[in-house]
Amino acid sequence: MTAIWPAVIATGLGCYALKLAGLVIPERVIDRPRVRRFTELVPVALLTALVAVQTAAHGDALVADGPRLAGVAAAVIALLLRAPFLVVLVAAAGVAAGLRLAGLG
Amino acid sequence: MATIQAWDTPPDQARAAAIRAGLGVGIAVGVSGLVFGAAAAAAGLTVAQACALSLLAFTGASQFALVGVVSGGGGLIAGTVGAVLLGSRNALYGLRLASVLRVRGAKRLVTAHVVIDETAAVATSQPDRASARTGFAVTAVALYVTWNLTTLLGAAGASRLGDPERYGLDAVGPAVFVALLWPLLRRGRAERLVAMAAVAVALTTTPLLPPGVPVMLAAVVAVTAVLPRPRPAGGPTS
Repeated sequence: MTAIWPAVIATGLGCYALKLAGLVIPERVIDRPRVRRFTELVPVALLTALVAVQTAAHGDALVADGPRLAGVAAAVIALLLRAPFLVVLVAAAGVAAGLRLAGLG
Repeated sequence: MATIQAWDTPPDQARAAAIRAGLGVGIAVGVSGLVFGAAAAAAGLTVAQACALSLLAFTGASQFALVGVVSGGGGLIAGTVGAVLLGSRNALYGLRLASVLRVRGAKRLVTAHVVIDETAAVATSQPDRASARTGFAVTAVALYVTWNLTTLLGAAGASRLGDPERYGLDAVGPAVFVALLWPLLRRGRAERLVAMAAVAVALTTTPLLPPGVPVMLAAVVAVTAVLPRPRPAGGPTS
């Protein structure tokens, strides 16, 4: 667990540095169409890749965990119904937990 | 350049609405720190590590990303780089908020720490500068306090709960990212193409590469593939 500390500190510092950079960098530096487009698309790619990996992988193995897949599907349905953030999370956890409780996991 | 008009006397109504929005968003989203704390503890972080992440990083997506890599037994370096890259959108919020908030000097050091999805959303949706600043500050304080308290509660309580999968916590990480992704996917076709390419790259490379690396690779490949080509040399502009 002590091995995790450098990652925790580095993530904290890195995230702070990026927040600060946004406030202090003159807007024209980043205000080129290609740079702007890149910075808009990177979060999309990262978030989708994270969804894919955390839903369908464990370590370096691809796994299809029924309750987990159903939980993520429940989150998508909650979003389609315009549910608030916390409700989306509770729906995901609730469906996954419910299916496991019912012995489907 | 500034998109928000500075009114001489901002209406009290706009100010009150900004306070309500800030409190609502700050507390509602802040409570999900419970989920983060529990997920962090389940992944093997200590209570102190979970709290340090919430206090220092204070940007949910990056925190969930790092915890996800740790729980998958992934490489910490790749996990850290992925988590920090995910925080790059906060730099974009900062660029927009700089002209709205107009903070100067040492105050910027404190303000920077709370430039995140929620504060940017509340601040940029206000009708005038004064309510934008109010909305930003109220969201920031409400969210920072709630998120850190609930992280502590979630992390400390998780050890007494037993197996986190029993509570469906493994579905919460991806649900967080889907929720953050949702408005982005509606912006355009390029966004959806990037998303599909990212899924394909991440899943096909998962069995081949150490955990954490496929996510970064997916980001680089997907964005490079979809980004418009630079103008050829000799084009109308440089």
